[in-house]
Amino acid sequence: MTRPELLRVEGITKAYPGVVANSDVSFSIGEGEIHALLGENGAGKSTMVKMIYGLVRPDSGTMTLRGAAYTPSKPAEARRLGVAMVFQHFSLFEALNVAENVALGMENPPPMRELAARIRAVSEEYGLPLDPSRMVGDLSAGERQRVEIIRCLLQDPKLLIMDEPTSVLTPQEVEILFRTLRQLSSEGTAILYISHKLEEIRSLCDEATILRRGKVVATCTPRERTAREMAELMVGQALKTPERRMGAKGEVALGVSDLSVESPIPFGTSLKGVSFTVARGEVLGIAGVAGNGQDELLLALSGELKAAPDKVRVAGQPVGDRGPVERRKAGLVAAPEDRYGHAAAPDMSLVENAFLTAGVRKGLTQNGFVDWAGTRRFAEEIIAAYDVRTPGPDVAARALSGGNLQKFLMGRELMQGAQVIVINQPTWGVDAAAAASIRQSILDRAGEGAAVVVISQDLDELLEVSDSFAVLNEGRLTRPRPTEGLTMDEIGLMMGGAHGMEVAHHVA
Amino acid sequence: MDLGGINPVILIATLMASAVPILLAALGETVVERAGVLNLGVEGMMIFGALGGFIVAVHSGSPVLGFIGGAVCGALLSLIFAALTQVFLANQVATGLALTLFGLGVSSLGGQGYNGIKPPPTGKLFPQALTDLPVVGPIVFGHDWVVYFSIAMTAVLWWVLKSTRVGLIIRAVGESHEAAHALGYKVNRIRLACIAFGGAMAGMGGAYVSLARVPQWVDGITAGAGWIALAIVVFASWKPWRVLIGAYLFGGITVLQLNLQVAGSAIPVEYLSMAPYLITILVLVIMSAGRKASGAPAALGQNFHASR
Repeated sequence: MTRPELLRVEGITKAYPGVVANSDVSFSIGEGEIHALLGENGAGKSTMVKMIYGLVRPDSGTMTLRGAAYTPSKPAEARRLGVAMVFQHFSLFEALNVAENVALGMENPPPMRELAARIRAVSEEYGLPLDPSRMVGDLSAGERQRVEIIRCLLQDPKLLIMDEPTSVLTPQEVEILFRTLRQLSSEGTAILYISHKLEEIRSLCDEATILRRGKVVATCTPRERTAREMAELMVGQALKTPERRMGAKGEVALGVSDLSVESPIPFGTSLKGVSFTVARGEVLGIAGVAGNGQDELLLALSGELKAAPDKVRVAGQPVGDRGPVERRKAGLVAAPEDRYGHAAAPDMSLVENAFLTAGVRKGLTQNGFVDWAGTRRFAEEIIAAYDVRTPGPDVAARALSGGNLQKFLMGRELMQGAQVIVINQPTWGVDAAAAASIRQSILDRAGEGAAVVVISQDLDELLEVSDSFAVLNEGRLTRPRPTEGLTMDEIGLMMGGAHGMEVAHHVA
Repeated sequence: MDLGGINPVILIATLMASAVPILLAALGETVVERAGVLNLGVEGMMIFGALGGFIVAVHSGSPVLGFIGGAVCGALLSLIFAALTQVFLANQVATGLALTLFGLGVSSLGGQGYNGIKPPPTGKLFPQALTDLPVVGPIVFGHDWVVYFSIAMTAVLWWVLKSTRVGLIIRAVGESHEAAHALGYKVNRIRLACIAFGGAMAGMGGAYVSLARVPQWVDGITAGAGWIALAIVVFASWKPWRVLIGAYLFGGITVLQLNLQVAGSAIPVEYLSMAPYLITILVLVIMSAGRKASGAPAALGQNFHASR
């Protein structure tokens, strides 16, 4: 079936300082087509749709909407031309009611009473019941998304952009959403659907454009491809197998059994029965798409989230109910992902930051007083060993670039001589050379007999450093498998393929 | 009709006038805070407006021009705050405090030479015949135009914030600047306009002190009215009509305690003087307690920088 063309994107390039978000991206969408934009995190999907919605302007390239040049300078213009967008986050006002939220997203909203009636009518028509007078703050995640969708539908869009719409939905809600989207598509509304959930895309989308590192690497018809094939396209096949010394594994240093914790993060993913062990000298790599429980796993391991004592064991000693300081004493250090605010206190100096996590293990206190000379020595050691580019140890952490701060923070944890090291996103935002040196020191620590857990969304990195490999999927961890001999096919399936079955299980 | 030497009709009539400076300033700050900006410089903007309005009125001979001048001065001073917090992303609390100190100092300097001068009087709006009516005369008809203006502004702001698109956008910006930005609203520009409006209202409130209440120029003439206005905004849960109640309560008790002092009450003067502050806060706390949400704008006091 050939459809008349609605939107054509040609040669779009957008660069931010230090990173090219999109490079020469081209694709087209027909009227009533459900088109998937597929890619890993950071592949440039969100930047692309922000350009279509007028939030970001491309550096070069052209877009045409129904044959006419399309250069929206602001979202209002995009909306006027029939392009609507449902955001993943950040576009609802909790203290306002549904009707007010809808009105804010419209160009010329009718009077409130009329609007409320229309919201009721449209929400019934598309099977998304919604009460216009309720406060958005009281709604569930799925209901909030309905508000966004209805806000778009009231403006009669020709193209509806959906940015990872199912990331916060329950399986039942996903079914309802898909029914609505199919209905829209049959009425002639094109949908640009962003996701990295392969099975969803196979069941919903007509065409798919696959992005990797800002470039279009393939276009395909999802129904004709397997999830495995698309996963390969998404992550790229050219993965070099790194050289790694094989050391004999020691005894188990970190044991986690049937760890389930509620997520403290709004819209977070709770951990469900996570079990694994890491031996001395072993690196366990944990992959997974962002938001599948990585942050929660780090919190549960670092001690910020507590569980029953025997759920987490360091060198056989139960620490599940201990806080971070006691776990550090027991020999477990952890480095969270968020550098500014979680891993480091941004406005404190590097010396002070060095003390904050290393004080316990490096014995930097004397009779309750901070040993500033010793702390400074330690900070200087980190700076020298990890090539941190800074005028000195007394500058505020905030003043360092992300990559440099990351090197400092990695050094701080890796140089404490801990038996168990847990790191979330060790090389996020770090340039290639520094990333290589961080990975090397992770391997060195393992070589010295530490058990290391590396949580990352960078598959290449995990394959390079880890001895065993597992995937976090919706808060569940797959059984760790030896990295050696693992193929991209298998990884792709571990990451996305098995989803459907597990979810169906979980519903019943 | 006298109660212990105090005539309730006169009392009500006086409190309506005495509440005007606080009411105007608090209404302006309500809009500013609803847009998510905490401007603690109300006192500074008021006194700057008090001096500016006084100077304009004295030189032009027109009290109306004086009030406009006061509003313009307040708005100008608030633009310093706006530039620092919205453009340079300075901390709002520190900047607001600095603005107060700056306003107090500048007005003290600029007011040299204006001591002891009488400004042109602001007359009553209605003719003598209406003003002389019993009871309703002084209360309903016995005021200058600014009193009516302040009540009208309460109604207008209530309506604007509740029912108009402009009000909805202001509330949206104060609730979640990120969401507002994602929908394409110019967060910092909207906030800038709200800050300027708040400055104008505070300046006009200040001008009412120096042109109608006192009326002359004295150093430190606003005497903390700006701080009370700030407190009233919070305890009134950012709602215009409650702001009016709070301002009238404060004005009323201020007038009452002065009258009690004059009437030679047995209560020591110190207690009488602190009563307005104490009772106003107490009543508003009771009013705002017991509801689950405080009603504070969620993004209050947070700067916004469009990074994406």
